[in-house]
Amino acid sequence: MSAIITLSLLAILVLYLGLFKARNALLPVSLLGLVTTLVMYAVQWGIDANPLYSGMVLFDHFAVAFSVLCVLLTALVLLLSKDYFDKASPHVAEYYALILFSLTGAVLVVSFHNLAMLFIGIEIMSVALYILAGIRKKDFASNEAALKYFLMGAFSTGFLLFGIALLYGASGSFDLAAIKQYVVSNPHAISPLFYAGILLLIVGLAFKVGAAPFHFWTPDVYDGAPILVTVFMATVVKTAAFAGFLRLFYFCFVPLQDFWMPVLLVMTIITLFIGNITAIVQQSVKRMLAYSSISHAGYLLFAIVAIGPASGESVLFYAGAYSLSTIIAFGALILVKRATGSEHFEAFNGLAKRNPYLSLAIVIAMLSLAGIPLTAGFIGKFMMFSGVLADYQILLVVLAVINAAMGIFYYFRVIVAMYFRPIDRDQVVVSSQYKAVFLLAALITLLLGVYPAWLTGLI
Amino acid sequence: MDNLFILLLIPVLGALVLAFVQQAKAARQLALLVSLVSLGLTIPFLVQFVPDASMQFEQRFAWIPSLGIHFHIGIDGISLPLVLLTNGLIPLIILSAFNYDYKGGFYALVLFMQAGLLLVFTALDAFAFYVGWEVALIPIYFICALWGGENRIRVNIKFFIYTFFGSLLMLVAIIYLHMQVPTEDYELTSFYQLGLDASTQRWIFWAFFIAFAIKMPIFPFHTWQPDTYTEAPTAGTMLLAAIMLKMGVYGVIRWLIPIAPLGTAAYGQLALVLCVIGVVYASVIAFKQGDIKRLIAYSSIAHVGLIGAGIFAWNVQGLQGAIIQMINHGISVVGLFFVADILIRRLDTRDMAAMGGIAKPAPVLAILFLTIVMGAIGLPITNGFIGEFLLLMGIYQYGIWYAALGGLTIILGAVYLLRMYQKVMLGEVNTQTAVFTDIRGTEWVVLAVVVVLIIGIGVYPKPLLDLSEAAVTDLINKVGLIR
Repeated sequence: MSAIITLSLLAILVLYLGLFKARNALLPVSLLGLVTTLVMYAVQWGIDANPLYSGMVLFDHFAVAFSVLCVLLTALVLLLSKDYFDKASPHVAEYYALILFSLTGAVLVVSFHNLAMLFIGIEIMSVALYILAGIRKKDFASNEAALKYFLMGAFSTGFLLFGIALLYGASGSFDLAAIKQYVVSNPHAISPLFYAGILLLIVGLAFKVGAAPFHFWTPDVYDGAPILVTVFMATVVKTAAFAGFLRLFYFCFVPLQDFWMPVLLVMTIITLFIGNITAIVQQSVKRMLAYSSISHAGYLLFAIVAIGPASGESVLFYAGAYSLSTIIAFGALILVKRATGSEHFEAFNGLAKRNPYLSLAIVIAMLSLAGIPLTAGFIGKFMMFSGVLADYQILLVVLAVINAAMGIFYYFRVIVAMYFRPIDRDQVVVSSQYKAVFLLAALITLLLGVYPAWLTGLI
Repeated sequence: MDNLFILLLIPVLGALVLAFVQQAKAARQLALLVSLVSLGLTIPFLVQFVPDASMQFEQRFAWIPSLGIHFHIGIDGISLPLVLLTNGLIPLIILSAFNYDYKGGFYALVLFMQAGLLLVFTALDAFAFYVGWEVALIPIYFICALWGGENRIRVNIKFFIYTFFGSLLMLVAIIYLHMQVPTEDYELTSFYQLGLDASTQRWIFWAFFIAFAIKMPIFPFHTWQPDTYTEAPTAGTMLLAAIMLKMGVYGVIRWLIPIAPLGTAAYGQLALVLCVIGVVYASVIAFKQGDIKRLIAYSSIAHVGLIGAGIFAWNVQGLQGAIIQMINHGISVVGLFFVADILIRRLDTRDMAAMGGIAKPAPVLAILFLTIVMGAIGLPITNGFIGEFLLLMGIYQYGIWYAALGGLTIILGAVYLLRMYQKVMLGEVNTQTAVFTDIRGTEWVVLAVVVVLIIGIGVYPKPLLDLSEAAVTDLINKVGLIR
């Protein structure tokens, strides 16, 4: 709990730092605050957790592991932003503060033990994001993204809230334990309201994770928002939303699996195909990554379709691997766009000759996204496939295999551009923070790919 | 010095160092040194190997314990020849690249691929096998796409997606098999003992078969192969043809048939027919080729088709023939592609119509090339003879008609390979070929080694056959005959 308080206070502190024009202090203070938060979480690890504050939050291993992941990813995103937002906006402090507020929401989403808390967490996370998406006030695309995200987000929140209300109506409680008790004790007399509530929750949560057919906002918002905000949405927010999704379903709805599993199965298949097929035809790397994030939402849904004790670990691993690669990919895109003014695949042409190490990091990221062995992405996919096969969903896995092969096509386009289409170009300047982030992310991706044992068995 | 793990580690370490070497000369010397060290470290295994059916030099470490995955490697009579082949051919392939100014990155990829190949040939854990399988693929993709010909981008993405799709199917099958194992591991021996029902084995068969058939390649999964071989740099073609396709063959022997014998009983005949079709089909197409590299590529499909047919016949002769023929084909194809590379480099064309009469200005090359061609055709006292003889004997036991059709490979092979030799080496010289210089330096070394191996194995193949005999017999007895 102290971690959440620290995070909230940190965000307010950063906001006030902006008021006093202490621009250079923003990044160190934010990072210091995040490290403090990490230490607090680390202390909480291994303690036999009970629900706190009238059962509002529960810091079990699941919650702590995902919180730590979110905080780490945010730290990486912030490291990238020193160079980015100082140039993009005069109000840098707002940006830092909003990201930290959003992170506070995210850690609530992964540690809730009460549906009210889930709702509050999602709102804290989202409201900050609505502003972040439109933080470039003069930019048309950024405004469009913010408006779209806000309208669609508000709409889906309505569904979520309605679902929660129906669950309350049927079970008489917002508390997860009480809802679970209701499901377990009345296996044959569950109110139809309850079923309708589950469906509405699926709609609301699917929107937040960007799963088809509720994904329509994703490409435009990812494309229009400033790249770093997109990175934050695609990594921290997605991870948190999936963790919340899984937490709710694993805690409460496992006995009703026969009811909701087919729905999610169909959604998973649609998500995979829409994400991958549309990604193939993109000309802009940013949009390609947006659609690839949809397809990865599809793979992540595997863990919920084949829900079980191993699901948490699979999502943690997959989301971590995916997020690290995404940070590299978008970070490189920022640099390339700054150098060439373009987000197209052609902008990467001949990069390998001038920036061999940057290109190598991008290759590792792309291989990880594509799920090639010796990268973390492969282990993630492997865990997902294992989980689903244990559930005997062979058809789903075969479809997923077809999609994984499609993924090669667009991830390798970046590699092909960098290495096999040599043109004369200037060296892309990489600042030291960017170098640190790329090095760290690439190394972790490889380490987890070669020896994943030190991260398995956590949850 | 018989630590298998170190044998796998040396190429990786070499690759890591070489990745940072920018100077071409230093890079190739270091690469050759590393590959020779690998070859040298293989000798203790060969000397200490006891030619029985047991698994030897085993090593097993926990890799991902929570998922039941171990890094389990070992060598028996079936994998030892392939380990020898890999470590023996890599120095030759590196030597053959000495005529180009490749930097360290190129050799790093070659050595990294070597590590992947060795892992495939020694893995006793399905997960490790799969990792090796993919690790071998990434470097060859980069080798072919970075240093290849004009169409390299399109051709190689096709190659990659094709093989990646196949291997993913295999991954699905591996995970499925793992789910059935009571001890929750990925051990080869656990997979052997599963005894699944026939309907499950049937789709397991296809999941593995497609992956291996694409790699080998067996007709009709071969369409990526001629383009990729032609567009690749010669060293890449050699890696693909001489070693990488053996991954598929080895996979059939080690994984596919013993794990899914009932599946093989249902579809093995179909697979054998596909192999035989491949033999005839590729031979006919090879005959029509004017491009020397493409011709050798198709000849490779024909030869592999015969090896595949010998395996699916599933008897001691067929399997023994397959193993020795894998070695022979590797050696011959390195020789053939290297001669093609010499010709292409000097004449700047792949078109055989522009060659001719080269035997006159280059007599040494002519003699060595003739020996290699004879080996590829399978004439007695060359290595190809004993392999094809055993293979045909094995197929004959399965069915006389298959053997008759498969036997066409010898006749057709003689036709198109001799025709190639005649077009290139004999006949009238033209202005280009009149000034052809004979082989020298490293070219001489590579071709001499290849020729010595061809004759050596052809005259006295017994040591090589003895290596695998016990293991092969034991495997056939364990699985039983498949009809």
